[in-house]
Amino acid sequence: MLFATASFAAGSTLAGYHMKVDTSDIKSLQRGARIFVNYCMGCHSAAYMRYNRLGKDLGITEEVLKSNFMFGTDKPGDTMNIAMRKSDALGFFGIAPPDLSVIARSRGVDWLYGYFMTFYSDPAKPFGVNNLQFKDVAMPHVLWELQGTHKPVYKTVTHKDGTEVEVIDGLEQVSPGKLTPEEYKATIHDLINFLVYLSEPAKLQRQKIGIWVIIYLLSFLVLAYLLKNEYWKDIN
Amino acid sequence: MSKVMKALNRLLEWVDARFPLTKLWNEHLAKYYAPKNFNFWYFFGSLALFVLVIQIITGIWLTMDYKPSAEHAFATVEYIMRDVEWGWWMRYVHSTGSSAFFIVVYLHMFRALLYGSYKQPRELLWLTGMFIYLALMAEAFFGYLLPWGQMSYWAAQVITSLFGAIPAVGDDLELWIRGDFVVSDVTLNRYFSFHVIAVPLVLLGLVFVHIIALHEVGSNNPDGIEIKKNKDANGIPLDGIPFHPYYTVKDIYGITIFLILFSIVVFYYPDMNGFFLEHANFVPADPLNTPEHIVPAWYFTPYYAILRAIPDKLGGLIAMGFAVMFFFFLPWLDRSPVKSIRYRGWNYRIALIVFVISFLVLGYLGMQVTTPVKTILARVFTIIYFMFFLLMPLYTSTDNDKPVPDRVRYP
Repeated sequence: MLFATASFAAGSTLAGYHMKVDTSDIKSLQRGARIFVNYCMGCHSAAYMRYNRLGKDLGITEEVLKSNFMFGTDKPGDTMNIAMRKSDALGFFGIAPPDLSVIARSRGVDWLYGYFMTFYSDPAKPFGVNNLQFKDVAMPHVLWELQGTHKPVYKTVTHKDGTEVEVIDGLEQVSPGKLTPEEYKATIHDLINFLVYLSEPAKLQRQKIGIWVIIYLLSFLVLAYLLKNEYWKDIN
Repeated sequence: MSKVMKALNRLLEWVDARFPLTKLWNEHLAKYYAPKNFNFWYFFGSLALFVLVIQIITGIWLTMDYKPSAEHAFATVEYIMRDVEWGWWMRYVHSTGSSAFFIVVYLHMFRALLYGSYKQPRELLWLTGMFIYLALMAEAFFGYLLPWGQMSYWAAQVITSLFGAIPAVGDDLELWIRGDFVVSDVTLNRYFSFHVIAVPLVLLGLVFVHIIALHEVGSNNPDGIEIKKNKDANGIPLDGIPFHPYYTVKDIYGITIFLILFSIVVFYYPDMNGFFLEHANFVPADPLNTPEHIVPAWYFTPYYAILRAIPDKLGGLIAMGFAVMFFFFLPWLDRSPVKSIRYRGWNYRIALIVFVISFLVLGYLGMQVTTPVKTILARVFTIIYFMFFLLMPLYTSTDNDKPVPDRVRYP
């Protein structure tokens, strides 16, 4: 119950999960792109993003794009679509996996961080997992082999009216994954960094251009100020 | 005089014989005399005009790539953001521009409250300005649907459903406004039409009338003293200076400062933490999935708080309407003989401070999820908001106003 109130519908974010990303870290974006293509794009599209834009922004050559990032018949100018049909997805998951083109802009970085960190075993769910950030999410824990598996630790909370309720206090590792917790965190950081880039590729441009625009305007401001003073001398 | 200058002069004479070019230039710029004591608050009129031009120009370019259909709208916005050369810049300038427009217009209106700019003989100037404000609200409301995100969709759904509260004709009116039983592709198409042509035409017409009215009566100033009362032998106001070049160069300076702040937002904080571009609006519109927390854009939230403060839907709609409409009556509600706050008594000063606080608090409350405490707060501040207008004849006529000097203070 504790987490149900702070879950999907209200759009709020789990406490304790704050992440800073840096979209100017191209190496991190490249690693994130690889995870995204290998683990997410089985089911999720990024239908507004083109492969060749990815290549250009992230410094990935067309050969590497073709061999490591694109599926069978894709062309570099294509958008990052997937082969899974919506009708099939509905049958598999009960809901169509959303397009992830702008997911970082709707969810926010901290939400995604909490989401990727808090999958736990829940035998009541079809895929055997649940999530603290996104309660009853239909998605399986795709990264489980990297993170390992976790189980919830419960504690008893007594309400004001005297009723006792079991709530999830935290998560505990059951079996290790291929990565250490630190490595997994770093992987998630790269993935989220990539999702932020994916949500707004122009961010790379605007942050570079902006400073020059502002410097130009500041120098123009000096001229405008001097011009104003020159004219207003007569009035003063 | 060089040959080129002679030729240009002859051309000007030729034009002037057929079109009042020199006459217009003089009447509205070179020989339009504005008070010399304008302060900071007097930048916002020209800034509003500047932002209007920005919005029209960026709007024209956005229209080239945007498709107003339920199927394509969301995707074409992302197409503009990614595949159109400089499309992201056009879009951010336009989205930041809409918020900037309201900031500038609110400050412009606040200036009028500070210095009594709505008072005789500027009642019509004020009324045309208020009509511009209404048109601007309509323009923003229609434009907000176009990105076709969840917040676009549900804000439109909520606002159009308000009309359903009107007795007898409500349901038909709601249907007529949407063109469908719910906000749909039909609604999007007509809102696009309103946003790109109907309302901008009205806006431009009103702005023209507003400027003509201004230049007929002349600008007010921070002292609230009519500069036309003191003229020299040539009939030129002693405290007036030609708008051009003095205020043109000053406005260029003001516009540059504005552009620096504007660019910081456009290039570094385009979504302004969800205030200028809402997070929920990056989820495509879904008629089957209502977001838990529907809020209008920040510039409407004071009125939205008033709407929600009233327990009855129709009552809320009426209160919201009055909250805007009361501004129209300011010239007649204000009984003080003094215009500027510099020479007004403490009655008006305190009333204005309390009004600004209530406007800001209501704006904040309008963004929040309602709780019992917040609803009570919204009701208290709604009452305070209306008292500013309703009690105005009383507290302005009994105010201990100070004597107003003959000439403006400068500097």
